[in-house]
Amino acid sequence: MALTREQMAQRVARELQDGFYVNLGIGIPTLVANYIPDGIDVMLQSENGLLGMGRYPTEDELDPDMINAGKETVTARPGAAIFSSAESFAMIRGGHVDLTVLGAFEVDQQGNIASWMIPGKLIKGMGGAMDLVAGADNIICTMTHASKHGESKLLEKCELPLTGAGCINRVLTDLAYLEIKDGAFILKERAPGVSVEEIIEKTAGKLIVPDHVPEMTFDAE
Amino acid sequence: MAGFDKRVASYEEAMEGIESGMTVIAGGFGLCGIPENLIAEIKRRGVNDLTVVSNNCGVDGFGLGILLEDRQISKILASYVGENALFEKQMLNDEIEVVLTPQGTLAEKMRAGGAGIPAFYTATGYGTPIGDGKEVREFNGRHCILEEAIIGDFAIVKGWKADRYGNVMYRHTAQNFNPMAATAGKITVVEVEEIVEPGELEPSQIHTPGIYVDRIIQGTFEKRIEKRTVRS
Repeated sequence: MALTREQMAQRVARELQDGFYVNLGIGIPTLVANYIPDGIDVMLQSENGLLGMGRYPTEDELDPDMINAGKETVTARPGAAIFSSAESFAMIRGGHVDLTVLGAFEVDQQGNIASWMIPGKLIKGMGGAMDLVAGADNIICTMTHASKHGESKLLEKCELPLTGAGCINRVLTDLAYLEIKDGAFILKERAPGVSVEEIIEKTAGKLIVPDHVPEMTFDAE
Repeated sequence: MAGFDKRVASYEEAMEGIESGMTVIAGGFGLCGIPENLIAEIKRRGVNDLTVVSNNCGVDGFGLGILLEDRQISKILASYVGENALFEKQMLNDEIEVVLTPQGTLAEKMRAGGAGIPAFYTATGYGTPIGDGKEVREFNGRHCILEEAIIGDFAIVKGWKADRYGNVMYRHTAQNFNPMAATAGKITVVEVEEIVEPGELEPSQIHTPGIYVDRIIQGTFEKRIEKRTVRS
């Protein structure tokens, strides 16, 4: 079975380490905040200028001056810091953020990512995504492995306009967890019940399959 | 107006001198920390052919979105322009030129403009359509593109508190692009919720020192929320 959005978030959360500063993109990456393992403290960075994003506010805490990068009302956790957009992107471009998680339309075996523009469709903008992928050493891309029509999104070469070049080294799809190294995808783990053959079939880029590909496990909720 | 007293008496006075064809840099992220009354004054004045530099372009009927209603904006530099039907329509009809700019690059363009740095190199956008036609140089094995600074004829800024010398503090994430915008205007206008006496703001807590600020005005704000998310 392909992973659910929640399972994808759960799997990404296992990559968090105690003391990490983390930027989570919109969509599945945002859900990662719900699965931070016990005993691990991470500080969430929101690129509009908040380090230490807390939970959504209660009605009483609601404050129009307190939002995240998705423009949602949020709170600041104890120990948070608030600053300007220039300061925020100094953190991002300066490589100070330990882990960035963001979605994508396509990634390729060279670590290129396309996530912001589909020619012919309405273009809304890249927001902070180009800065995030250029600035971070440690990025996990979350995406579906193939389109609804079965076309692979893990390619030899991205077809859509890029968000960043050669910057992605890990990808979690609904079918597999992969690393990108030396011009190839390396299959590290597969979703429960998903066969290696299915992953091979749905990966258009060069794929290296080790002898043993462990199946991900998830706790019953 | 005497000495360092930057206060003006009306919004009309606050935006005195704005003309069609000018470049206006605006603070704000989404609808958070936007100079909503200064924008309304620009609408009232009916100037057009404006180049606007702002992370977003408001929503239908609020923020910078109201300047679209009478087609006052001919060009915008922004990182994200969704959530605005009128904007989309004008963009698709080529009635407005949109220069999509990565968010960090946009902040740095304003910061550099205010700091007298004409251009800077960044890895952001290299290998993407944003890098097309821009000068490329390699630093420490990384390809970077040359991005130019921005200076506005006007910068419009939303602060929380200011003293009459124009020292400004921002509140929470309403800070965002406002401090950079404040440095990058030939004329910088700041509207705030409260103007206090010099000495009342702790000097080390000032976000924007008064040297950058030409005019300040106290206003009342709707502070519309774009995405109201609460937990039960």
